[in-house]
Amino acid sequence: MFGYYLDLALRSLKRNKVLTALMVLAIGLGIGASMTMLTVLHVMSGDPLPERSGQLYCPQLDPLPLKYQQSAYGPDPRLNFTWPDAMALVAAHRAERQAAMAGGALLIRPAQAGLRPFYVDGRYATTDFFAMFGVPFLRGQGWSAADDAGRTRVVVLSDTLSRKLFGTDDSIGRMVRFGDADLRVIGVSADWQPKPMFYADASAKVFDDADQFFLPLSTALDLKFDTNSNQSSWSSFEGDMKSPVLTWLQVWVQLKDAAQVAAYRQFLIDYSAQQKALGRFERPPTQARLYGLMNWLDRQNLVPADVRLQLWLALGFLLVCMINIVALLLAKFLRRSGEVSVRRALGARRRDIFLQFGIESAVIGLAGGVLGLAIAQLGLWSVRHRPDDYAHLAQMDVSMLIGTFVLAMLASVLAGLLPAWRACRIAPALQLKTL
Amino acid sequence: MQIQPILAALRRHRLASILIALEIALACAVLCNACFLIVSRVQQTHVISGVDENALAAMKLTGYDPTKGVDLNARVLDGLAKLPGVQSVSVINQVPFGDHAGTAGITTDADGKHFGGVVDLYVGGPGSFKALGVQMVAGSVPQAADYQPIHQFVPDDSAVWVTRALAEHLWPGADPLGKEFWSDKLHFRVVGVLAHLARPYGGEGGPNTIEWSVFVPAQPGAQLAGMYLLRADPAQLPRVLRDARAAMATIAPDTVIDSKASQTIGSLRANYFRQDRVMAGILVGVIAALLLVTALGIVGLASFWVQQRRRQIGIRRALGASRGDILSYFQTENFLIVTFGIGLGMLLAFALNLLLMTHYELPRLPLYYLPVGALILWGLGQLAVLGPALRAAAVPPVVATRSV
Repeated sequence: MFGYYLDLALRSLKRNKVLTALMVLAIGLGIGASMTMLTVLHVMSGDPLPERSGQLYCPQLDPLPLKYQQSAYGPDPRLNFTWPDAMALVAAHRAERQAAMAGGALLIRPAQAGLRPFYVDGRYATTDFFAMFGVPFLRGQGWSAADDAGRTRVVVLSDTLSRKLFGTDDSIGRMVRFGDADLRVIGVSADWQPKPMFYADASAKVFDDADQFFLPLSTALDLKFDTNSNQSSWSSFEGDMKSPVLTWLQVWVQLKDAAQVAAYRQFLIDYSAQQKALGRFERPPTQARLYGLMNWLDRQNLVPADVRLQLWLALGFLLVCMINIVALLLAKFLRRSGEVSVRRALGARRRDIFLQFGIESAVIGLAGGVLGLAIAQLGLWSVRHRPDDYAHLAQMDVSMLIGTFVLAMLASVLAGLLPAWRACRIAPALQLKTL
Repeated sequence: MQIQPILAALRRHRLASILIALEIALACAVLCNACFLIVSRVQQTHVISGVDENALAAMKLTGYDPTKGVDLNARVLDGLAKLPGVQSVSVINQVPFGDHAGTAGITTDADGKHFGGVVDLYVGGPGSFKALGVQMVAGSVPQAADYQPIHQFVPDDSAVWVTRALAEHLWPGADPLGKEFWSDKLHFRVVGVLAHLARPYGGEGGPNTIEWSVFVPAQPGAQLAGMYLLRADPAQLPRVLRDARAAMATIAPDTVIDSKASQTIGSLRANYFRQDRVMAGILVGVIAALLLVTALGIVGLASFWVQQRRRQIGIRRALGASRGDILSYFQTENFLIVTFGIGLGMLLAFALNLLLMTHYELPRLPLYYLPVGALILWGLGQLAVLGPALRAAAVPPVVATRSV
């Protein structure tokens, strides 16, 4: 029966080519626009570290004074850590692994002839950074806790940076001039770019930036390397990065199970209570928080308001397209009242008529899906040319590809429901009389 | 034209008519709000910077030894001034639409009790005030003695020029000349008022604080170095900037040019508002697609009805109706449907605007958008239905005599 209905549908669609083309175009445009924006949203809300995200947590303390007023437009100082707090959390070793970190852009002066000095983005971190996030190494390894304590002048380069500087990924033992200091290469990591770069603070372009080097946080502080994280202070400080009233560091911890999470949460509260007792914190200790990675990303609201607005526009557009198709299908199906009456009089049940028209709508949906896919690719191509940091991510994966067809079929079948229902309620005899 | 028979006929196609009207209503709601979004985006890009954008370019150097700022300033000022076409070179800490370099919270009392807001301090060396080309409302231009040495990031006690907007915010209704403000230990005294001077970015206070800027004259030195303001004839500016970048290789080979910040103020402005322009473009695209689909829907449905009513049209023609009568029948029918849709659409437009207001800091939709949107949709409907209506008018009366 399915094949017969399909044949009927194709015949009917062929009979009025212009109208069929209009419907396919309408659904194609609607699906294309919606899928473009859904894909952008999909790539922006992906999991940056699928194997590890369940174990990674971001603690948050509240060292702000009671009277501090948060500006709606400025960064929240609590999103970052002060040096004393970050160091206390790392030194406490209450989690499986823990690391404090901050971003920095440093000037490299290559010793090689023909290379001009250039800036690269990288990260200052404590030793657990590599093991906790699972940074893959091509050569060598990260630094030890002893290096952290000894402020050793060592660096881990990314594959790209190593090749740019030395033409090879084997640069272990070579020296690189960062700013005015020479650092020894102890490891080369494979190019590693979690999207988004969840561990960077809000000032980073989290979808675009990648760390090209890693060096011990203590070394960076020792060498007075600048950080490009947000630096927020709520009291006067004399440029001392170790000040207890300046937040600029990020802290991440790895926790194995729910028991550890609960214990760590309690530890944060206890730590805050202790700091409050010492007179450093003023706010209640229960202000301390612990967020899972995906939960943290949700809270960070990485999807810009403009992208959300565009998504709503696209979905609104799809709705208009669907209403359009409902009206056209309704007119089309009801025009075939005579045909329906004959079929009904010959014994077709209502559900047969319903199925027949349902299949006709689905065929339109399928064609619209193909067109929508093409339009979505065009849309994504235009998104990739936008001046946003997420632009280059705008690519369709298999799930979105399937999603396009599912959405197209769903939209068209949904649009066909009302017309098909109306058509199958046509009384056989009444229509036959007029024939 | 009698409306009664048209309404009676429409009643026979109630569902399809309602659907098209609904589509018109949605289109009306989106059209009005999207147009409003476009206009507000475009308005945002019309920020008055207050400086001679066409004649200015910034040059930012990094990577030099911070203790050798004095030497670098001397070399760069001297070297760039010699380039042909350069009208003036001066040291400044930031430029409009560039990166922040002098953001500070201020208080209007020495004890730091009365918080005045977060403002941007333009710290400029000799020549920069004139080069910027800011327009003054009160006070006089900075004198040589006003340019004082810097210990922190501005002179400890300086005579400053504030914008009219900032003065009105800090001391509403009062004469700002002679007023004082503080930033921690640093003391500022207002000696002049500027018509406009936009801060590098919108700032932490939001769009309303875009002009909370202060010009602080200061002596270039270790604390004020590496950022230079070039002034040249607008026609020559791109070439001058190119030459200046090239000249850095000999003037200051120990530095790295920050390419993103070293541009004409015009291009910095264009980059700054690129996002808004892209968004406005997308909205125009959405409107175009929406109108297209709506028009296609009207064409499709009207064509169907014309086909369906061929015989009736033939009968009317045989009974004496002219082509014009048939044409105006379909035009009127479309007008009625669209009018119904617009009525509903206006309500929807307001509802959508309320939704946008809560999520996107958008002001209320001005009422005049509604009649404009209605006119566009009426026009669109009439145009879309014209083709099918003409085909209907071309139906010959003889059709009436034929059986189905």
